[in-house]
Amino acid sequence: MRILLAALSFLVLFTLPAAAQDSPIQKLLQQHRDLIEQSSRRTIAPAIDALRDSGLPAAQVVLEKWQGKELWQRKADGLFFFAERIDAQTYRLVDIATGNETATAAKDEIEQLKPNSGIRGMIGAALVQFQLTDPDPARRADALNAISRDAEPAHLAALRASIGAETDPDLRARKERLERLLTISYDEDPAARIAAIQSFAGDLGVDARAALNPLVATTRAVVSGNPPAAENLARVLEPGSEALPKDEAYALLVAADLAPPRINRDDIRAALAANIQNGRVGSVPVAQLDTDAARERAYAELAEAGIVPATATEAQVAEALASHTFYERYAETDPEITAAAAAALDDIALKVGLNQAADLTLDALSLASIYFLAAIGLAVTFGVMGVINMAHGEFIMMGAYTGYVVQQLVPDYTLSILIALPLAFAITFGAGVAMERLVIRWLYNRPLETLLATFGISIALQQLAKNIFGTQARPLTSPDWLDGALVINDVVSISYIRIAIFVLALIFLGLFLFIMRKTRLGLEVRAVTQNPRMAASMGINPERINMLAFGLGSGIAGVAGVAIGLYAKVTSELGQDYIVQSFMTVVVGGVGNIWGTLLGATLIGFLQKGIEWLNPSNTLAAQTYMILFIILFIQFRPRGIIALRGRAAGD
Amino acid sequence: MRKSFVARNPSVLIFLALLGVFTLAVTVLGEGLGVGLISTSFVKTLGKTLCLCLVAIAMDLVWGYTGILSLGHFAFFGLGGYMIGMWLMYARTELIVAESLAQAEIPPTPDEIRDAIGTQIFGVVGGSDFPAVWTFAHSLPIQLALVVLVPGLLALVFGWLAFRSRVTGVYLSILTQAMTLALALYLFQNDSGLRGNNGLSGLQNLPGAADVPQSMVSIWFFWASAAALAIGYVVAAFVVSGKFGSVIRGIRDDEARVRFLGYSVEGYKLFVFTLTAVIAGIAGALYYPQAGIINPAEIAPIASIYLAVWVAIGGRGRLYGAVIGAAFVSLLSTWFTGGQVPDLPLGIYTVKWVDWWLVLLGFSFVLVTLFAPKGIGGLFDLLTGRHGPDRHGAALGPDQGSLREKEAEQ
Repeated sequence: MRILLAALSFLVLFTLPAAAQDSPIQKLLQQHRDLIEQSSRRTIAPAIDALRDSGLPAAQVVLEKWQGKELWQRKADGLFFFAERIDAQTYRLVDIATGNETATAAKDEIEQLKPNSGIRGMIGAALVQFQLTDPDPARRADALNAISRDAEPAHLAALRASIGAETDPDLRARKERLERLLTISYDEDPAARIAAIQSFAGDLGVDARAALNPLVATTRAVVSGNPPAAENLARVLEPGSEALPKDEAYALLVAADLAPPRINRDDIRAALAANIQNGRVGSVPVAQLDTDAARERAYAELAEAGIVPATATEAQVAEALASHTFYERYAETDPEITAAAAAALDDIALKVGLNQAADLTLDALSLASIYFLAAIGLAVTFGVMGVINMAHGEFIMMGAYTGYVVQQLVPDYTLSILIALPLAFAITFGAGVAMERLVIRWLYNRPLETLLATFGISIALQQLAKNIFGTQARPLTSPDWLDGALVINDVVSISYIRIAIFVLALIFLGLFLFIMRKTRLGLEVRAVTQNPRMAASMGINPERINMLAFGLGSGIAGVAGVAIGLYAKVTSELGQDYIVQSFMTVVVGGVGNIWGTLLGATLIGFLQKGIEWLNPSNTLAAQTYMILFIILFIQFRPRGIIALRGRAAGD
Repeated sequence: MRKSFVARNPSVLIFLALLGVFTLAVTVLGEGLGVGLISTSFVKTLGKTLCLCLVAIAMDLVWGYTGILSLGHFAFFGLGGYMIGMWLMYARTELIVAESLAQAEIPPTPDEIRDAIGTQIFGVVGGSDFPAVWTFAHSLPIQLALVVLVPGLLALVFGWLAFRSRVTGVYLSILTQAMTLALALYLFQNDSGLRGNNGLSGLQNLPGAADVPQSMVSIWFFWASAAALAIGYVVAAFVVSGKFGSVIRGIRDDEARVRFLGYSVEGYKLFVFTLTAVIAGIAGALYYPQAGIINPAEIAPIASIYLAVWVAIGGRGRLYGAVIGAAFVSLLSTWFTGGQVPDLPLGIYTVKWVDWWLVLLGFSFVLVTLFAPKGIGGLFDLLTGRHGPDRHGAALGPDQGSLREKEAEQ
């Protein structure tokens, strides 16, 4: 039995490998066996290239397995196999050409190839070519991603070869675009490069700019006399101009060894300090070295004595600057290509500018709708009823916290938002009615005191929220279908939440108009605000109307709070952040007119985004200037954009 | 015959006497000159409270007497503090820098000294150059003048713009609040030149008085604050006592009628607004050296609203009311937020006053507004037996905003 087994294993070992040995892929590997065994990043390239360019069907698998450390070598004859582990000591050997199981081997008979990460990267680059023609579209897309992340000259040919066979239209478009990008960077033929560059004129893609920008990158250089003709000259720089301050120009000269260095003040000071002798530096007493002139004199003496290197004088600096030419040169040597790239980039810049303007408009619109949403409740309480409610911001906050609490109880985000919106309305409606009944109705004749009393409520509510929910921000998570953004192109995009807020603002505008103009309640509210006594004579109960109107305004604030909480963090200071802006919105727009509030919100939103665009690093400055603008605006239109006239204007 | 100013305002004498006694008592009990029963930090707190009383008087003048609810007077207060703070910080840094550079082997040039001071002061905001607003920071007299001029000019320009276009009532309140917010936001920027949200610090150290102990410095500032409060009280009493006072009260009650009588309402308002801004600036210049630090958060709109709260709780329309309100509420607030009040166990929940003080303040403020519009000062009416005239429930003045009789009686 044992003899039989031994005979069998002998057969397996020596008959089948004969076939494996003959396969072309095995021959190829054996040709490069030394390199592969050496496994050094510096020398391995020919082996990988040979595999890649062999055109053998098994080459891809071999490369992949090699990369995955699944390629083994039998010590006895140096043949390569794929190996699968059977148990700790035994491995199954698989033929690299056919994929058939050939033999088993003990672990100490074979050796694993362990390519380091550098080699694995090179194998990965080689594999891209195979992946580009892989039958699986997902893998082809992966390959394209890999190329666009980290392109190499070798990819260009592979990519071009794979375009013809591409069946998926999306992938084909991507491949063609990538091919043009690689042409810009790696093609040998200038005409093809220029054609590719020109094809990207006006393209918004970041990848296009990334491919074009290196072409127009410049470095500064300096020569005595005229710039060499061989250079691809970008422009000549004038020392002392904005593009090249004199100090930098001189530093260039020093770096190019064309002029002696100029010792700066700190070094002069250090040199003087190092050369004090008997309370003097040279002939100058130390006590007199408190002016720059005295220090320079002392340093000049030291320099004459040869103790320190001489510094260039002003006159020398001026002469050196005048006698040399400073210029910027392109790293790319072909002027036609840099010209084409510059033209294409100009085109892109214009297009990007236009799209940025569109994006800014969208941003401003969404900011305006947030302000409008925050202010629309005030348009009822302050605009229509004339009640200053400083706790309005805290109603917004209450709405946001309602949303947060509902989300804690109802885990489904969509459902919880649907519950939170009416619930927030109900809660803040109740709070508003309670506040009107308990406080505000006693103060209708004393507006300044309404302001102060509601402010007292505001600080109390804010502190209450802090005591209940803590000072840290609470998240209000939006449902999945509101996540993400509507991307129009690489420049213009807007998140779905902002669109939702915009839609919500429109809905509220419609709701407000409907209630005020088409319902009994709106009619009565308008009657009571214009003339409470006359309204009362007509059978309207002014107290009830005031209560309902105030509740309505507060309820809207609560709903706005849920919406604002979705895109901002919920804190107890949430309302405070909006209260001044909300009042501004109503006042700028014109009290008592919803269209005015809309215009006010639009004006403030666009203004703030506009100022932010002028000074993007500084949103604080944007707010400052916006408020200053509003203060000035009220000088010229004290009653807002849309001023009420006639009786409705009251006093 | 016309009675003398003091005879018409007996409260001024009483106030000055009480303030004098208080000052003397603190001096005797304090650590600097007296027996040391009152700690230095509490002397500072009392000194700061006197400054708050002074700015409350300014608020009372502009709100209680003229009817302009300004929510921006703490901005003027803060500006005054910034102006004196710039000199304090510059002068002290200059001394420190001069000392450290004197150790070097080579004497420093003037430029080097200035650069070193700049690096010291503006290092925290990543700069070393002096912004234009620091041009006069080296000079005490000019900065002292700026304490008055900067808030005064800002109030003059802002008031002129606002009153000229007849912005009144709550609109003016919101506008002044916006001004405060704009100023605070501006100062929060690092490139505003006033060290952004770090503010100015180390103001408690007087340059050139390094060997005077803080206990002594605190008494000096306490005296200065008391003197400023006394002068401010007398000036305010003088302003509101004569014809001028009658006109501004008239403006409070019915602006249009005063205008029709031929008075330049805008001029009166502008004068009161600017004067009170100057008083607020002086109060701030005395407050912040005692506080030791000033930053833009001090100017936030909320501070100005607290000022209105103090005056309302103390009782507006009477100067001593403003002083009582500011002293009472701010000291109480210090007491509550300082964590010195014992917690109140309610079985299931323990009330920690540090957390609940603002809730208490907010609601008690609502109650005062609703039920005691005269504030704490109204208690003195009970003492003197002063009653409002009986007009059968009609409004006390023709304006909607003026008190109705039944409210005045509450």
